[in-house]
Amino acid sequence: MAFNYDSYLRLEKMPTLWCWGCGDGIVLKAFIRAIEKLGWSKDEVCVVSGIGCSGRFSSYVDFNTVHTTHGRTVAFATGIKLANPTKKVICVAGDGDALAIGGNHTIHGCRRNIDMTLIVIQNFIYGLTNSQTSPTTPQGMWTVSQKAGNIDPTFDGCELAIAAGASFVGRENVTDPKKLEKLLMQAMEHRGFSYVEAMSNCHINLGRKNKMQSAMENLDWIDSITMPKKKYDALSTEEQLNLFPTGILKQNKEAREYCDMYEDIKAVHQGKRGVITQDDFAKKI
Amino acid sequence: MQTREIISTGNDLAAIAAVDAGCLFFAGYPITPSSEVMHTISDLLPEIGGVAIQMEDEIAGVAAAIGAGMSGVRALTATSGPGISLKAENLGLAQMTEVPLVIVNVMRGGPSTGLPTRVSQGDVRQAKNPSHGDYRSITLCAGNLAECYTEVVRAFNLADRFMQPVFVLTDETIGHMHGKAVIPTEEEVKNGIVPRKKFDGTPEDYRPYGVGSDEPAVLNPMFEGYRYHFTGLHHDSKGFPTEEIETCRKLIQRLEDKVMMHRDELEFNEEFMLDDMTGEEGEVLIIAYGSVSLSAKESIRHLRAQGIKAGLFRPITLWPSPAESIRKYTDMIKNVLCVELNIRQYTEEVERVSSRLDIQGLYKVNGRPISPYEIVNKVKEVF
Repeated sequence: MAFNYDSYLRLEKMPTLWCWGCGDGIVLKAFIRAIEKLGWSKDEVCVVSGIGCSGRFSSYVDFNTVHTTHGRTVAFATGIKLANPTKKVICVAGDGDALAIGGNHTIHGCRRNIDMTLIVIQNFIYGLTNSQTSPTTPQGMWTVSQKAGNIDPTFDGCELAIAAGASFVGRENVTDPKKLEKLLMQAMEHRGFSYVEAMSNCHINLGRKNKMQSAMENLDWIDSITMPKKKYDALSTEEQLNLFPTGILKQNKEAREYCDMYEDIKAVHQGKRGVITQDDFAKKI
Repeated sequence: MQTREIISTGNDLAAIAAVDAGCLFFAGYPITPSSEVMHTISDLLPEIGGVAIQMEDEIAGVAAAIGAGMSGVRALTATSGPGISLKAENLGLAQMTEVPLVIVNVMRGGPSTGLPTRVSQGDVRQAKNPSHGDYRSITLCAGNLAECYTEVVRAFNLADRFMQPVFVLTDETIGHMHGKAVIPTEEEVKNGIVPRKKFDGTPEDYRPYGVGSDEPAVLNPMFEGYRYHFTGLHHDSKGFPTEEIETCRKLIQRLEDKVMMHRDELEFNEEFMLDDMTGEEGEVLIIAYGSVSLSAKESIRHLRAQGIKAGLFRPITLWPSPAESIRKYTDMIKNVLCVELNIRQYTEEVERVSSRLDIQGLYKVNGRPISPYEIVNKVKEVF
């Protein structure tokens, strides 16, 4: 039987403002299926988004929802989570949102390892504002702010998240919604900061001027630049150039989560334990 | 009122006040001269089960505090002028989404990095309109140590009453001043807490922004079954984005009217040695606020000893300004002197509400306090 999304959607807000064929809807549906499978109640979930096409994600789903300012999603979510540590907090951002204007919050959310999932819908371009260069736009592609061709080096958000200390990092693309659903489930189940990149198409504002005028052409291109991590790892460094691994790229179940660690701070101030020292941590500098 | 005596600093008193007023969340970023607010509250909050977090920047500091506020918790952030400049966009989001929040701004010299360790009142105009668009700021200004406590308490109650951010301005002088303050007991403060309104009908009937034309939003805490939407976009009664012409107009007009039609609940002034003023020639009205008012009071004692009948009008709520009260005295008294640690930031408001262009001013922008003698000399010079 086909999955019924209705009870998780704000049906009166349909249709979405996303363009025909946009991958954002695939991410939205995969997210809803993952939530259903996890058995989370709608009341215990808060979805926080930023600005851009992905910013509208929060208004379509029937949870506690917040549409914040550009790039600040993780910062707002950190306040919500710390004040309500037993609740589930999900951030949805675009590549410009999470990696350009909000890069600092992404780094420090990962570093704190606070329990939330950041879903970055990565479509290689600023879509809502019409085709400006994003940190993930491939070099040499046309953008409206670099009509001579983008010279800015391309940025890999997953590499950033791994380096910054996220305890779960994964990537899938919207051409395989089942895999994306599974990855989202694993990310949301993980206690700690989980970073999920959902590579998605924007045939309107990326593809049209870069020889991928239809959703299918854009999706074929995404397929051609991604491959499962296992396959990717078997390639030489030269062969890996311009390719992105998919699946779980990092998972550290041992890393301590921030809200849990803050309980230690409370315990110190409540006289239940001595002050925290370097000996409380595995890594001592 | 039951009171207690406490020896402390302005910054510590602001932190203690927040906790006594029911604040359970603090997020901020280090900045001189306000950092001690964070230092103190990061000891106090975990002790009672709250959370204090140092975020990665000023923007994140206010964002996390607003996030906690959205979820239903009383939240505080503290900073100084450069921090407010960075927080401005998100303060606009809090105005638009009607999320209560208290921001303590311990003012230092500006613009830009300015004079980080020295006093100023240069953020008075900024506090009125930190972010773009139409909304009304509520700004309180502590004039002594005790008010670093009482005004923070009042700010929390006003934030929940008006459902918006409330500024408490202090400054380097008062923030770092160490001395005795007589403040209400913890019990008095707890008994005076007026929490934000809550809707207790069925979720189907809930309209967080569907309120009267001069009323604030009714925002229930998150995670209690009332699933609604926050957005900085123009929004309808349920909080969802809209461009419908009348809805947009009504929303912004309501943000104006919910404050401006209830100014009487906000107005709070001190009138010092004004009760014997009759309007006769030679009387002097000094208008000053914040730490400057301490010097102004001292100068008035000297002036009176020298036979010059002077008095002080001190607005404690700076924005919205106490227009009628200012006008009452500027209509009666010819010689008016505004004393500020900036250049004409509040004088221009006094000119506006009094419709007078002969207001005299004493301004100082070199990071040093104004002494009582400077005020005495200025009065003798200009009147």
